[in-house]
Amino acid sequence: MGEIRVTGLGKAYKKYPSQWSRLAEWVFPVGKPRHQDHWVLRDIDFHLQAGEAVGIVGSNGAGKSTLLKLITGTIRPSCGSINCGGRVAALLELGMGFHPDFTGRQNAVMGGQLLGLSLDEIDRLLPEIEAFAEIGEYIDQPVRTYSSGMQMRLAFSVATAQRPDILIVDEALSVGDSYFQHKSFERIRSFRREGTTLLIVSHDRYAIQTICDRAILLEAGRVRMQGLPVDVLDYYNAMMAERDHQTINQHVLPDGRVSTVSGSGEAAITQVTLLDRHGMPTSFAEVGDPLCLEVGVQVRAPLPRLVLGFLLKDRLGQAVYGINTHRLKQPLSELRPGDELRYRFRFPARLGKGSYSVTLSLSREDSHVDKNYEWRDNALVFHVVNTHQEDFVGCSWLNAEVDIGVNGADSVAVDQA
Amino acid sequence: MSLELSRALWRYRGFIMGSVKREFQARYRNSLLGAAWTVLQPLAMITVYTVVFSELMRARLPGLDTPFAYSIYLCAGLLTWGLFAEILQRSQTVFLDHGNMIKKLNFPRICLPAITVLNALVNFAITFSIFLVFLLLVGSFPGWIVLSALPVLLIQVALASGLGIISGVLNVFFRDVGQFVNVLLQFWFWLTPIVYASDTIPAAARPLLRLNPMTWIVQAYQQIFVYRRMPDWQHLWPLAILAVMLCIMALMLFRRRAGEIVDEL
Repeated sequence: MGEIRVTGLGKAYKKYPSQWSRLAEWVFPVGKPRHQDHWVLRDIDFHLQAGEAVGIVGSNGAGKSTLLKLITGTIRPSCGSINCGGRVAALLELGMGFHPDFTGRQNAVMGGQLLGLSLDEIDRLLPEIEAFAEIGEYIDQPVRTYSSGMQMRLAFSVATAQRPDILIVDEALSVGDSYFQHKSFERIRSFRREGTTLLIVSHDRYAIQTICDRAILLEAGRVRMQGLPVDVLDYYNAMMAERDHQTINQHVLPDGRVSTVSGSGEAAITQVTLLDRHGMPTSFAEVGDPLCLEVGVQVRAPLPRLVLGFLLKDRLGQAVYGINTHRLKQPLSELRPGDELRYRFRFPARLGKGSYSVTLSLSREDSHVDKNYEWRDNALVFHVVNTHQEDFVGCSWLNAEVDIGVNGADSVAVDQA
Repeated sequence: MSLELSRALWRYRGFIMGSVKREFQARYRNSLLGAAWTVLQPLAMITVYTVVFSELMRARLPGLDTPFAYSIYLCAGLLTWGLFAEILQRSQTVFLDHGNMIKKLNFPRICLPAITVLNALVNFAITFSIFLVFLLLVGSFPGWIVLSALPVLLIQVALASGLGIISGVLNVFFRDVGQFVNVLLQFWFWLTPIVYASDTIPAAARPLLRLNPMTWIVQAYQQIFVYRRMPDWQHLWPLAILAVMLCIMALMLFRRRAGEIVDEL
């Protein structure tokens, strides 16, 4: 139950030069085909174990949606096979099939029937659907009077009324307001805990990193890479930034992390060091201690403008803090080949315990997507330890103070008693 | 193959029945009189035919001299032709009309023509019961013979569904089919003895009428409701076989092209 096995999967759409050639092919099925196959997916192989959560990433047109539609069975494969164990539910087109003139309740029933549920089952699930959607008395109003957020909430509630063995989600996670987004995310997480296999397509890097065990990168209809979400996303990120002639290198660091370096190379990072309060290189930092990130850069071609940025990421790849010299209003301009630059970013380590990685980027503008000279993931890893400060939870040291009032008296009085 | 399709239909019976109900409700949703319109429309039609043809034009059928004979003749043909045309016209666009749903959701697509046919049958049932009440009121109810209309109806629906699904599938790939069917229906209507009696037309044209399957169907109804006689089963047998063959062809075509329909929409 909950397994997905995809072998040799491919999907091609037939392209006929004209309607007449289609007719000719239908009428005379023998002989050479008169159409051209337009392949949107090819040689897709992967295997999802029950209970696994896998994210699919890729640029527009890479074939992500086609892959999901194939797995849900909406479209048929041209070759290869898909085996899904158990009931598949898809959050692909929420609210599809809703009729605007009917009430939310009637539409919920129809939606359930469209999922193949019986009336009894729907009757049993309706109170729960109603409660989860939180649209109150609107449930008995025609759907055309709903806001789009309300429609989505109802649709999400119907689609997830029963825990499926396999849940397929296509960017639909942006359901309603942020409160409902959290709620729907929580429901998906709880499905996962109960053993539902998850397959998610999203452009949201953090959504994929937080829930997925694995990620698959699709490019031009093929699997380009599979692996840990952090590695795949770093690679994807680099791939997005580079245009044509650039190269991407990944190598495994001693601690098992994968470092990805990409870029066009007009400028290169030659040295990265983290310095402690005494200016000594370190890989450990005490909570709250001042730190200095020193980066050496060599210019290898004439550059009109150069921006260096750094990004701290936690163990899970979540961004903790990032800034660049553009935003700090110190971009450099008119650089000549051979220029050697030394950047020093100073900041206090107001971070929680754990390990952090540093990602560096050399670009022309604020964003590295425009012109990427070098992008270096996991350029450096350091650890934050806490021996001086009170023990706290989380990744950010906010240094909170407390004031307590008891029975209307202020905290000083309490202290004295 | 048909087992697989019928199992899918059975599993989605809730969706099918729900859709039929919903489509029926949707039609009269924002009207004051609601479902009364389903009754009023055929009532108006029967009244007009009776008044115009029996009273004003004094049209009489050869061999029958009751004032209502011609209007009964007309209704027996028109109402049943209406069912045939509705099934055919709506199933030929059924996949196109639901293109969005087909492309985005996974459900047995065969439900769609089933819903169309059932919907047409519901409309027909209402209209036809008005007709039966009218027959009772004017004292022309054929009695138990009316039951012999059921097998005729079955053949007719099978014919219409078979043709409907075939043209529905083809229409996805060649839109000409939809246009063609609409033109064809015009000719077909006038090539069927609905408003005229078959023996009033020139002898040269009669063989053409005989080739038209709908001639035998409509004449069977006219036998039952105008002459209160059993229909001529001998002519209906071949039609039943034709209908079954068309249905098998339709399902084969549908099964073969179902995947391509999604790609093409």
